[in-house]
Amino acid sequence: MNNIPNRQAICDVLIEKANTDKDIVVLCSDSRGSASMTDYVKAHPDQFVEVGIAEQSLVSVAAGLARCGKKAFAASPACFLSTRSMEQAKVDVAYSNTNVTLIGISGGVSYGALGMTHHSAQDIAVMGSIPNMRVYIPSDRHQTKCLIEALLQDQKPAYIRVGRNPVEDVYAEDNVPFEMDKATVLAEGTDVAIVACGEMVRPAKEAAELLREKGISAGVLDMYCVKPIDKEAVVKAASKARCVVTVEEHTYIGGLGAMVAQIVSAECPKKVKNLSLPDAPVVTGKSQEVFDHYGLNREGIAKAAEELLASL
Amino acid sequence: MENLTAKSFALRQDVLDMIYMAKTGHIGGDFSVMDILVTLYYKQLRVDPARMDDPDRDRFILSKGHSVEALYAVLCSRGFFPKEDLKTYSQYQSKYIGHPNNKINGIEMNSGSLGHGLSVSVGMALAGKMDKRDYRVYVVMGDGELAEGSVWEGAMAAGHYKLDNLCAVVDRNRLQISGCTEDVMAHDSLDQRFGSFGWHVTHAAGNDIEALNAAFEEAKSVKGKPTVIIADTTKGYGVSFIENQAAWHHKVPTEEEYQLATKELAERRAANE
Repeated sequence: MNNIPNRQAICDVLIEKANTDKDIVVLCSDSRGSASMTDYVKAHPDQFVEVGIAEQSLVSVAAGLARCGKKAFAASPACFLSTRSMEQAKVDVAYSNTNVTLIGISGGVSYGALGMTHHSAQDIAVMGSIPNMRVYIPSDRHQTKCLIEALLQDQKPAYIRVGRNPVEDVYAEDNVPFEMDKATVLAEGTDVAIVACGEMVRPAKEAAELLREKGISAGVLDMYCVKPIDKEAVVKAASKARCVVTVEEHTYIGGLGAMVAQIVSAECPKKVKNLSLPDAPVVTGKSQEVFDHYGLNREGIAKAAEELLASL
Repeated sequence: MENLTAKSFALRQDVLDMIYMAKTGHIGGDFSVMDILVTLYYKQLRVDPARMDDPDRDRFILSKGHSVEALYAVLCSRGFFPKEDLKTYSQYQSKYIGHPNNKINGIEMNSGSLGHGLSVSVGMALAGKMDKRDYRVYVVMGDGELAEGSVWEGAMAAGHYKLDNLCAVVDRNRLQISGCTEDVMAHDSLDQRFGSFGWHVTHAAGNDIEALNAAFEEAKSVKGKPTVIIADTTKGYGVSFIENQAAWHHKVPTEEEYQLATKELAERRAANE
């Protein structure tokens, strides 16, 4: 059982890289604890900026630092970062093209029973709709590490969402296939193509195994790069299969499923089923209880795939 | 030293030409902020049009981005781009859009959404402190803009980090699109507001280049806190019928008004030469 959350993986990479790269600056909005950045602050107090509970300022200050040569990483709960400071993300980061990585922590329904104020079930739609803003939702700690290392190289605006809790590894520590902005193919299949991101990748992978036991061939794509989405990988996987299932910790409006459906309908028309959170405040519960409630788990994904195949 | 007051009237003519030709623009705020920009670009800012990648350059942000025509006129006159470019202002496919665009030489950040510039300037000033560079950061805000809550997030951070390399200017022309600032949302307690956030507050006659320059010099001498200059300006300054009229926030002059304004600006310019 892995006990290292993805947010801790981000902190570990930044602590290490900041030893030699003095341009790295992490910013928090009274969120250093929730962002798992406490160790970073201890290690690099001179490369850290606290702005207080002020998410708009967080993003603008990060942009100003970046415009002066800094590699700014602004970490704040995804719920606030993606909505309270959306205009700052749009204007000061994306439009001004500053080297800022926005790290949305405790994303999706990580905060469970804290309610809709603390959920970010629309951050793909919000951030993804901004020109020049990229959206990444890594699936495990190893992929998260690869992603942060890649972002340190490319110096362009990005929004990353990670969850609060540790998640089971999708990849082995010594074998993390990763290419920037390319989906990772976890399995190839001829019956159904499952496209997932973030915490839904692991159950998608398990669902494919479950389906295989029933004689159904399921492909799985880890689409951590929600934007720019790997269109080629979607077309390839969908073309091979008879139908497509998407899974995301996000509303079905403007999320991964919507993007995949747009591509599939235009390039290789097939039935596409979107598994997602509803367009409503979600049911109260721990995040796993919320996932289970909406069928965002191994069994739910497998069932949706079977039903979709049966409908063809 | 050329007469900067005369120059600032000449640059207002460039603004008038741009707006009259394009039939769009924010002439009232352009005319009110012009002397602030002229003072900065001709007497204060350490910037070289040919070296805008110099890490030691001073930084300037026009947070009241709708006064971009005034900024274009000043940047052009300082050699950041050729004068022919001004003719493309707001024209199809031009990069000279109606708000600052950092694809243009001399412009650091895109703006237009009010209330962003102060926090951006805080980031720039923090970077200067971290890197032990001696550049200064300047940001110009409108007085109506100060109603944006994000301004006060930035003000709080600037005070907290004692950013004495940061100087904000408020173009205090007392008018916004709906009327008098004091009727729309009162701002007459600016001294106390900024003061209580840990700022040094000073005032200057905002359409007087010598007075503004003295205020910028004062700001440079203040250590351990950021400075805000409340620049008492006249909206539409330079043309009698445009001055102090909220309606001229973004009104486009008719041909007759254009001719009259041109004549007045020429007279004001001549009187100062």
